[in-house]
Amino acid sequence: MLTALALGLVVLGLLALAALAPMGRLAGPVVLGGSAFLSAGFALAAGGALALGLPEGVLVLPFGPAWGGMTLALDGLSAWFLLLLGLAGLAASLFALGSPGRGLVAWPLFLGGMGLALLAADGFTLILGFELMSLASWALVALDHREAGNREAARLYLIFAAFAGVCLVPAFGLLGALDFAAIRAAPPEGWRAVAILALGLVGAGAKAGLVPLHLWLPLAHPAAPTPVSALMSGVMTKVALYVLARLLLDLCGPVQPGWWGMPLLAIGAASALLGALRANLEDDTKVALACSTIENVGLVTMALGLALLFRAADLGPMAALAAGAALLHAMAHGLFKALLFLVAGAVQHAAGSRRLDRLGGLIHAMPLTAVAALIGLGAAAALPPLSGFASEWLLLQALLGGWRLGEIGLQVAAAAALALAAMAVALAAAAMLRLFGLAFLGRPRSPRGAGAREANRFELAGMAVPAVLTVLVGLFPGLALALAAPGIRVLVGPAAMPPVVGLAIGAGEGHSAYAPLVVILLLGLALVLLWVVVRRHSPAVAERGPAWNGGFIDAPPEFVFGDPLSQPSAAGMAQPLRRMLGGTLLAAREAVTMPRPGDPRPARLEAGFEDRAALALPTRTARLRDAVAGQVERLRGLTLRGSLSLGFATLVGLLALLAWLEAR
Amino acid sequence: MVILGAVLTQILHIALMLAAPPLVVGLIRWLKARMNGRRGASPLQPYRDLARLLRKRPVLAENASLVSEMAPYLALAATLVAAALVPGFAQGMAFAPVADLVLVAGLLALARMALALNGMDAGTAFGGMGAAREMSFAVFAEPALLVSALSFAILAGSTNLDQIGASFRDGALGLRVSLGLAAVAMGAVALAENARLPVDNPATHLELTMVHEAMLLEASGRHLALWDYQAALKLTLWLALIAAVFFPFGAAPAGSGPLAWLVGLLAWVAKMGGFCLALAVFEGAIAKMRVFRVPEFLGAALLLALLAAALLFVSTGFA
Repeated sequence: MLTALALGLVVLGLLALAALAPMGRLAGPVVLGGSAFLSAGFALAAGGALALGLPEGVLVLPFGPAWGGMTLALDGLSAWFLLLLGLAGLAASLFALGSPGRGLVAWPLFLGGMGLALLAADGFTLILGFELMSLASWALVALDHREAGNREAARLYLIFAAFAGVCLVPAFGLLGALDFAAIRAAPPEGWRAVAILALGLVGAGAKAGLVPLHLWLPLAHPAAPTPVSALMSGVMTKVALYVLARLLLDLCGPVQPGWWGMPLLAIGAASALLGALRANLEDDTKVALACSTIENVGLVTMALGLALLFRAADLGPMAALAAGAALLHAMAHGLFKALLFLVAGAVQHAAGSRRLDRLGGLIHAMPLTAVAALIGLGAAAALPPLSGFASEWLLLQALLGGWRLGEIGLQVAAAAALALAAMAVALAAAAMLRLFGLAFLGRPRSPRGAGAREANRFELAGMAVPAVLTVLVGLFPGLALALAAPGIRVLVGPAAMPPVVGLAIGAGEGHSAYAPLVVILLLGLALVLLWVVVRRHSPAVAERGPAWNGGFIDAPPEFVFGDPLSQPSAAGMAQPLRRMLGGTLLAAREAVTMPRPGDPRPARLEAGFEDRAALALPTRTARLRDAVAGQVERLRGLTLRGSLSLGFATLVGLLALLAWLEAR
Repeated sequence: MVILGAVLTQILHIALMLAAPPLVVGLIRWLKARMNGRRGASPLQPYRDLARLLRKRPVLAENASLVSEMAPYLALAATLVAAALVPGFAQGMAFAPVADLVLVAGLLALARMALALNGMDAGTAFGGMGAAREMSFAVFAEPALLVSALSFAILAGSTNLDQIGASFRDGALGLRVSLGLAAVAMGAVALAENARLPVDNPATHLELTMVHEAMLLEASGRHLALWDYQAALKLTLWLALIAAVFFPFGAAPAGSGPLAWLVGLLAWVAKMGGFCLALAVFEGAIAKMRVFRVPEFLGAALLLALLAAALLFVSTGFA
């Protein structure tokens, strides 16, 4: 099994090489088809291993760093995320086949890098895969570099990716060993453990897009071609979360104190709230979806933090509940967010724009895409019986059990986190309504949008895979969690039982349960009965007429799409939340310029917002850089004697460090 | 026997929930009219209105999609399932094991989404405005509801509505300050969710002040009938929910016989009537607030719910 997976990774590397060969028009289908095939293979292998039994032991590759070969292993956590990678990779590769072209070298490398990071059984291999994933995705973000905005996004992305690497390398270095089994046998303690917590949270958090290191995400994810955006938002952020979970929950082990969960809970809650709010204010479909990714990454981080808190408090079933919520939401979000990015790409393809103010009424031209979009949006808005509701139900139940932690500080923190999570879920629903309503409902807002056609068959196939899976995970969360059980055991201990009651999910013995099959059955029954009864008493066929619109007069005939001002705009739909929450959280502003009576100039309403973290972080960092550079500049003015003593002192210092490390 | 009783009470409960909503709305209107010194229409008027709307031919906007035709059925079905889950005159009904408060909130969110999609379907100004405002109110109502649920979860050990009702009815908990605070919070959420005063005016015909009605401007005929019925059912559901959680007294316990059902039925009718009267008095005494004051109103509810939970943390900590 492990050998086959390793071979799959090698074949992905060969595909990247093959893309360089002069194959003409064949290159796209070969590379993308091969990637789709290998992704399906990964998904099958991971799913089969989770269902039938995980392969024992570690595969030592015949090459690697100077001190030994690289090692691969497949445990429950790796397999769960590999399953997500395979499923989303299959969907995105199929979608890319619809219009193959550029980025063929980096695409298999991106997939392979993520696979390597997930399969790694030592720190070196994990970092190697992680950095390969970062570099390949940077190359894909920079594909459309002719646009200045994309160049800026790629540069910022590279800086943050490098920053994540700079934090993760010492975090893994401080673990004391490279081999994961050796680390688990002797987990770090004291200041080293705290340093690993801080470095790991900052490093993996920067890659996952956690607040306040989320600045790059709404810029870089939309800049890439659609299938890449889908994989970056759906899977790459999850690989970062996998690293976070592997590092903090698995490798550092159950010896760590309970307060470790608090920073995760706080940062997760902040990310969930800020991401969901921004998703309501952005007027670009892909940017809004990227902001919603920040929200969902925050929710998963909250669940991981809760799992840490419950595990340290010896509340086994609650810890399993929180860990199950984290894993199920990671899978659910990976699937529905990949689906939504593919929908946004299909819309961009058909209607020529990503801006909500240029779309509208697409449900008539693209009915199948609209159905896929409704499934994705329903899951993102946590509506029963789709996948998002099942995972967020688990998260809310874990938060509702936060009072069991005993200490009043933790209890209050869990209650506050519950309020913020509920707010983020409702904000996500508002954002999803705004996206679907503006893009698919109403009237077209531009001639290009009015001439849209349905997506091509590859694009439809790419959207169908995650759409069907979103429905399936929603209907059978118990089965999905049973597959995730080995992963839950990796996170919270070998005795953990997944929060499953048959096909349904439950919050533990004597607690509430959620059975989506019952819900869908009741909903279907109610729908059919209502339809039959109402149509029997009201058989008249509906008539068509001009919209009433509160008696608003018809638009003049030269307005082909009706009066554009009588339809809500992206900024208009955002107005209530911008006023209610945006002022405090996002420095939102509105300014009305009203000319004096008699002045022929039009009145203007200007509205906008700025992400405080996005503003503060680069300027502060730039100021710090300038200050440090100014200090270092002074070294150039040193005398010869000064330079020599500095060199000597450095040498002595390094030797002393070496001696101290040897002595330990 | 227990199973038969559970199924029978469930069927009776669904029948009640189907029959009662127009009467609840009609009764509140009649009571309000009486208190305003008017004679008021008969409490049975909503039934006649629904029958009249069903007879009429619906008119759809020119560019309306399938969403306008499907959304009313979906919203009503979701609300109906939620109403079937909320305990009524009896406890231990057939659906009791799945009667989870978070699921009820999710089903109501599904109905809300269908309503908002319906508002945006025709591409008109009022529909979009109403949809944006409705979703914004939910952003403040959901946290207040879930933090209130936290108090129930601490006291009853579960968010299952049937278990909450059963453990509160046994009275082992006594009268608690935190439950009172949670009740006020739930009441505020119920007012916002049902578009009642002071959040929205259910009787208004002035478009600029509307939220709920703005999304229904393009609905007519049977679609409007479905929407009106859904709104009435949602109001009944919320009243039943508050009765089930905070006033479970008199409800027939699980596995009891027809006599206990009759007592429970009478108690339930009395409770619902009392709520209608209270709502009518409240609405007669209060004015509608500005849309952008609503976050403060619901934020206060959230704070009360948090306070209730914090009081429980302190009291359970000392106990």
